Amino acid sequence: MVEVPSEKMSPATTPVFEPRIVALLCHYCAFAAADMAGVMRLQHSPNIRVIRLPCTGKLDILYLLRAFEEGADGVMVAGCEEGSCHFVKGNLVAKRRVNFTKGLVAQVGIDPERLRMYNLSSSMGPRWAEISREMIEHVRSLGPSHLRREK
Amino acid sequence: MATLAINGITVTADEGATILEAAESAGINIPTLCRHRAMLPTGACRICMVRIEDARGPRLVASCVHPVQDGLKVETDTDDVREARRMVAELMLARCPDNAAVKEIARQTGVADAAWADRGEPDDCVLCGRCVEVCHDVMKVGAIDFNGRGSARTVRAPFDEASPVCQQCGACAFVCPTGKIRPDGLWGHRPGPLREPFEEGLGCRPTINRPFPSAVPSIPAIDRGNCVHFKTGQCGVCQKVCPAGAIDYDEAARERTLEVGAVVLSPGFRRFDPSGLGELGFGRFPNVVTSIQFERILSASGPTMGVVKRPSDGAHPRKIAFLQCVGSRDRRTHVYCSAFCCMQATKEAMIAREHDRGIDPTIFFMDIRAFGKGFESYFNRARTETGVRYVRSQVSSVKEVLGSRNLLLSWVDPVAGRRTDGEFDMLVLSVGAEPSPEGIALARKLGVALDEHGFCRGAPFEPVGTGVEGVYVTGMFSGPKDIPETVSQASAAAGAVASYLHEARGTEVSKREYPLQKDVASEEPRVGVFVCHCGINIAGTVKVEEVEKFARTLPGVAHVERSLFTCSQDSQQNIKKRIAEKGLNRVVVASCTPRTHEPIFQETLREAALNPYLFEMANIREHCAWVHQAVPDEATVKAMELVAMTVAKARMLGALQTTSIPVHREAIVVGAGIAGMTAALSLSGQGFVVHLVEREGELGGLGRRLRTTLRGGDVRAHATLLSDAVKRNDRIRLHTGAAPVSMGGHIGRFELALSTGAKVEGGVIVVATGGREHKPAHFLHGEHPRVLTQLEIEERGGVDVPDGGNIVMIQCVGSRVPERGYCSRVCCSQAVKNALAIKKKHPRAGVTVLYRDIRTYGLYEEAYRAAREAGVVFLRFEEDRQPDVASEGDRLSVIHHDAEFGANVMIAADWLVLSAAVEALPENRALGEVLKVPVMDDGFFLEAHAKLRPADFASEGIFVAGLAHGPKNADESIAQALAAAGRAGIILSHDTIEANAVVSRVDEEKCISCLTCVRICPYDAPAPRADGTVEIPAVKCQGCGLCAAACPGKAIQLGKFKDEQVEAMITAFGGRQ
Repeated sequence: MVEVPSEKMSPATTPVFEPRIVALLCHYCAFAAADMAGVMRLQHSPNIRVIRLPCTGKLDILYLLRAFEEGADGVMVAGCEEGSCHFVKGNLVAKRRVNFTKGLVAQVGIDPERLRMYNLSSSMGPRWAEISREMIEHVRSLGPSHLRREK
Repeated sequence: MATLAINGITVTADEGATILEAAESAGINIPTLCRHRAMLPTGACRICMVRIEDARGPRLVASCVHPVQDGLKVETDTDDVREARRMVAELMLARCPDNAAVKEIARQTGVADAAWADRGEPDDCVLCGRCVEVCHDVMKVGAIDFNGRGSARTVRAPFDEASPVCQQCGACAFVCPTGKIRPDGLWGHRPGPLREPFEEGLGCRPTINRPFPSAVPSIPAIDRGNCVHFKTGQCGVCQKVCPAGAIDYDEAARERTLEVGAVVLSPGFRRFDPSGLGELGFGRFPNVVTSIQFERILSASGPTMGVVKRPSDGAHPRKIAFLQCVGSRDRRTHVYCSAFCCMQATKEAMIAREHDRGIDPTIFFMDIRAFGKGFESYFNRARTETGVRYVRSQVSSVKEVLGSRNLLLSWVDPVAGRRTDGEFDMLVLSVGAEPSPEGIALARKLGVALDEHGFCRGAPFEPVGTGVEGVYVTGMFSGPKDIPETVSQASAAAGAVASYLHEARGTEVSKREYPLQKDVASEEPRVGVFVCHCGINIAGTVKVEEVEKFARTLPGVAHVERSLFTCSQDSQQNIKKRIAEKGLNRVVVASCTPRTHEPIFQETLREAALNPYLFEMANIREHCAWVHQAVPDEATVKAMELVAMTVAKARMLGALQTTSIPVHREAIVVGAGIAGMTAALSLSGQGFVVHLVEREGELGGLGRRLRTTLRGGDVRAHATLLSDAVKRNDRIRLHTGAAPVSMGGHIGRFELALSTGAKVEGGVIVVATGGREHKPAHFLHGEHPRVLTQLEIEERGGVDVPDGGNIVMIQCVGSRVPERGYCSRVCCSQAVKNALAIKKKHPRAGVTVLYRDIRTYGLYEEAYRAAREAGVVFLRFEEDRQPDVASEGDRLSVIHHDAEFGANVMIAADWLVLSAAVEALPENRALGEVLKVPVMDDGFFLEAHAKLRPADFASEGIFVAGLAHGPKNADESIAQALAAAGRAGIILSHDTIEANAVVSRVDEEKCISCLTCVRICPYDAPAPRADGTVEIPAVKCQGCGLCAAACPGKAIQLGKFKDEQVEAMITAFGGRQ
C-alpha cells in the first residue's frame, strides 16, 4: 500500500482535483485484470479511461504524446508481467518506448512522472484496483496538466 | 397501457405498474429507502412521495404503491413534494442520526441535520417493518415482530431472546434498508458460514454462487442443500429479483446418451487429506494449512486478496515452515512420490517472499526433486538468491504455542546432528496426490485395470493406453506428474484417438452458412449503438438513459437503443433487425468485456451480412458500473466518454477478411529415434504421408543402446519394433543420412532442403533429433576399463561382479554442475534399475550408490524402495565434496565424503558406474537456425510455453518431442512424440488454414526496407521480397502489432488497431469527435 503523505492531501475546503487519465492496456493481462477487478467489485475512483491494445508492444509513442496533447493529466500503460508476455517480448518493447517517451515529454514541459508503466498478470484484479488508486493519487498530487482542457 | 404525465413528460406504463416504476422507465429519479425488489412495496418510509392530480384533486402519495392511471399528472420535484420528503428525512434523522443510509437520504433531500432534539438513544431502525414482513410473508416463519408501543417500539424476537423458530436464513438482514438487523443478534450466536470449496474452506460463499471466478460456463447455481426454497418451499426471492427470469426451481438433472468412438479418462486426482496424521496438527491448529490452501492465500483473487495472512488471527506470518512428503514416500500413507510438491513448495516460498519480503521460509525435505526442465535452476535461485532455507530433515513433532498459536517444531539438525526446536508462525503441509474414488469407479465401469494404488498405468511404451481398446488415459490418473507432462500426455491421448478414429474424421461436421457480406467501404459510417442495462448490473449505477441520450449526439450515430440484456437471444435478433432496417454499417455495444462477449456479437453481425470486424465494444460494466458503485453520476460520465471513444473508433473500422491457405497434408519429422519414429507412425496412422529425416544411416537413435526400462519394457526390442513398422509403412518416406540445410515456406507448406540434395514438403514439422550421453572426463572414465557409464553397462548387458565384490555408482556426473546446470532427470531411476538388475543377478555383490538427491520421482519411488530393501546402499555426498577415485591394477577404490556421518568412507570397487548427464546434441544450434526455432543455453530446444505448450514451438506449425526438448525417459519421450503428432495432426486434418484476420499488413509504397519489423517480430513472420520490401504472410502473423508500432515509415498497420483507430479514441477522450 502506498501511504499518501498528509501534506499532499487537499484540504477539505478546496474541491479535490480529479485527474483525467488514459490507460493503454494489453488484451491478455492488464485488460483481463481490470475485468477481474470489476467481477470482484473492487471500487476505485472513475478517473481512468481504458484503451485496449492487443499487446503493449503495439504501443506507439504517438499514442502517448497524443494523449497528453488531448489534455490527459496522466497516462498509464499496463502489460503482462516481465517474462510472461503473451507475445514473448511486447511488454519489454513497451517499457523501452515508455522510458523514451518520458524524455520526450519532459522536453515540452510535461512532468515525465505523469507517465507510468505497470506489469500485472490476468489474475491480478486486486492489483489493478491498487495501481488504479495509486496512479490516480499520484497524478492528483502532481496537479492538472497545463494542456488540460476543461470540458 | 396507461399514459400519464410526469413532470410534464408523457410516459406510458403497463396497467398495474406503480408511479415509481413508470418514473424510473422514463429516467426520472425518485428517492427510495424501504423499497426492496424481493417484496411488494408497502409505502412504509414515505420518502418516495410525489404530488398527483386526478379527478380527486391534487395530493401527495407514496409513489412506490400508487398505481398509474390514464391521464394522471405527477410532479416529483415541486416545493410541496420537496418539503414533504424533507420532513420525512428529518424525522428519520432525528431517530437515526448516525446511520449511513439515513444520512444519504437526508443529503439527497437537502436536510443538513435533524431539526428535533435527540430524544433518547440513537438507533439504526426506521421501523419500516420490511424485516417483519419478509419473515412472516415470504419465509412464513414469523420469528420476529414489532414489540412495544410509541417511542419504545422495536423489532425483536419474543421476550428478546434468541428465537427458537428462526431458521437463520438472513432474509431480515437482506431486506433491511439501514443495516440495523444483524442476524447474530437474533440468534444469540454467529452462524457458521458456508465454506467455499474452491478457496479450500478459507473463504465463504453464498447459497447461489459461481464455483470459481474463471469457471466455464460462468453461470451461478443454487446449492440445493442449503437453499431455504429447496428446504421449506418458501422464499423464492431470487426468482422474483432476477430481471432475466433465469431461475428455474424445477430444473432437474438430465441423463444423456452419447455415441462415441473412443473415451479419454482424465478424472484427475484428489489431494491427500492430512487430518489423519494427527501429529502434524492439521485440523487442530488453525495455522497449519495444506499447500493447496496456501496457494489460495497467495492468489491475488483468493480469500486474502493475495496478502499473506495466517488463519488464526489474520496476522502477517514471518517464519513459515513447509513440510514435504505429507502423504507421499511414507509407508503409512502412500509409498510413491507425488512428483510436484518439491517444486510447489519452492514456488510458494518464492512467491510468499515476493509478496512480503519479511517472510522467512524454511522447507523441510528428504530429497529435493527438481527434476523437470528448468527446475534445478529455479531451485538454485530459491536457495541462493531468494533466501529460501532448505533443511534436510523430517520434523518429529508439531506443537501449538499457547497464546500466540505459533507452532513449535522439533527436528534433527542435519549439520549439528542434534535435536533442534524452532518456533514458526505458520506451517504449510505439502500434501501429495492420490487417485480419486470417482476416477477409480469410472475405470471399474470401463473394465480398465488399475495398479495397487489405484492409478491407471498402462503398459510400458504406451503412456496413454489403458489396455482396453479405444479407452485412453491422461494426467494424474495415470500417475503423479507436473503440469508439462500432464499437458503433453493430454495432447498424446488426443493424437492417439485421432489415429484410432481417423477414418471417421470429419464425418459428423456440419458447416455454418452465412449471408454474403455487404461491402460498406464506400458508405458513410452509420453506427448503431446498443446500450445494455445488464439487468441492474450496469443500470443500477450508470444512468443508461443518459448514456443513450448522449450517444444520439455523437457524429455518425444512426441509431441508439437500450436493452435489458443485449446478449440475450431476442436482443441479438433485434440488433439484426435494426441493422437491416436502419442500414447500420458499424455496431457498438456498450455493455461488458469484449473478452467474453465480442465473439457473440460478431456472430450476430455475420448473420446480418456485415463483416464481423465492423464491431466494437465499450466496457461499461467491469471497467465502470461494477467498480464505481458509490458514484453513479461520475460513473455515468465515464460511461458516456467510453461510448464516445468507442464510437470514434467504430467510425474508422473497416472490413477484415481472414485469408485461408491450402494445407499440404504431409508431415516432416526430423530424427528417427524412438520419439521421431513414434511421431511418424502416429501421423501416418492419422492418414498422412510422413517424410522421416534421419541424420544417421540407421533408425533407432539412443533406443538401440538402452536395454530395459524400470517397468520392465525392453527398449531395444521396442526400437526394433518401431523401425520395422516404419520401414513397412507405405505412408512413411525415409530419408536417412540426411539433415535439413535450409527451409522455406510456413505453416501449411514448409519446404525443407536436405543435405542429400533432396527436397521435402510438409504442412508441419516435428523436431525429434534426440540427445546423447555425456562423456565424463574424470573419475578415470576412459582410462580404466572398469569405469563405465550407465549406458555403457547397459550396452554390455550388465557386468559380472564376484561374490563379495563391490560395484559403486556415482550420480550427477556432469549434471547439476556449473557447465551443465540442469538435472538429467533419468539417471537416478536408471541407477536404481541397474542396481536392482545387478542385485538380482549377483545377490551377494555389494552395490553402493553415491548421490546428492535421489530423484526417483512419481511411481519410480517404488523401485528406489525395492533397491534399498534388496540391500543396495545409498550414501549421500555434498555438491562440493565429490568422491575421489583411485586405481591399483584392476582394483578401484572410491573415497566417499559422507554428508550424514561427516566422515570419509573408502569403498573398494570391482566396477565403477557413472551416471553421466543427458546432453543436447551440438547439431541443435545449426538446426535451430535452419528452422528458425530457439535453442536454449544448454543446447536443448525451447518450447512455446514451459507448462502449457510443451510440444509446440512458438512458430506455428513446428513441434518438438523427445530428448531434443530436454532429458526424459522412453515413456515420456513417447508421450511427447504422440503429443507433437496429435498437435500436428490438428493442422493436417484441414484442407485449409484460416489465418487470423487481425494481422499486420505492409504498405509497399511506404516500406523503406529497413527490416526493423524483421528484427522485432517474435514469430519470424515478416520476410523481405526480392525488391527489398517486406511481406508479412497472414498465416504467420499472430497480430501482436510489435512491427506496426516499430515501423519508422508507418508502412505497417494492424487490422482493428490501426493508428487512426487508436488515435480516434484518444482524440475522443479529449472531447473532440
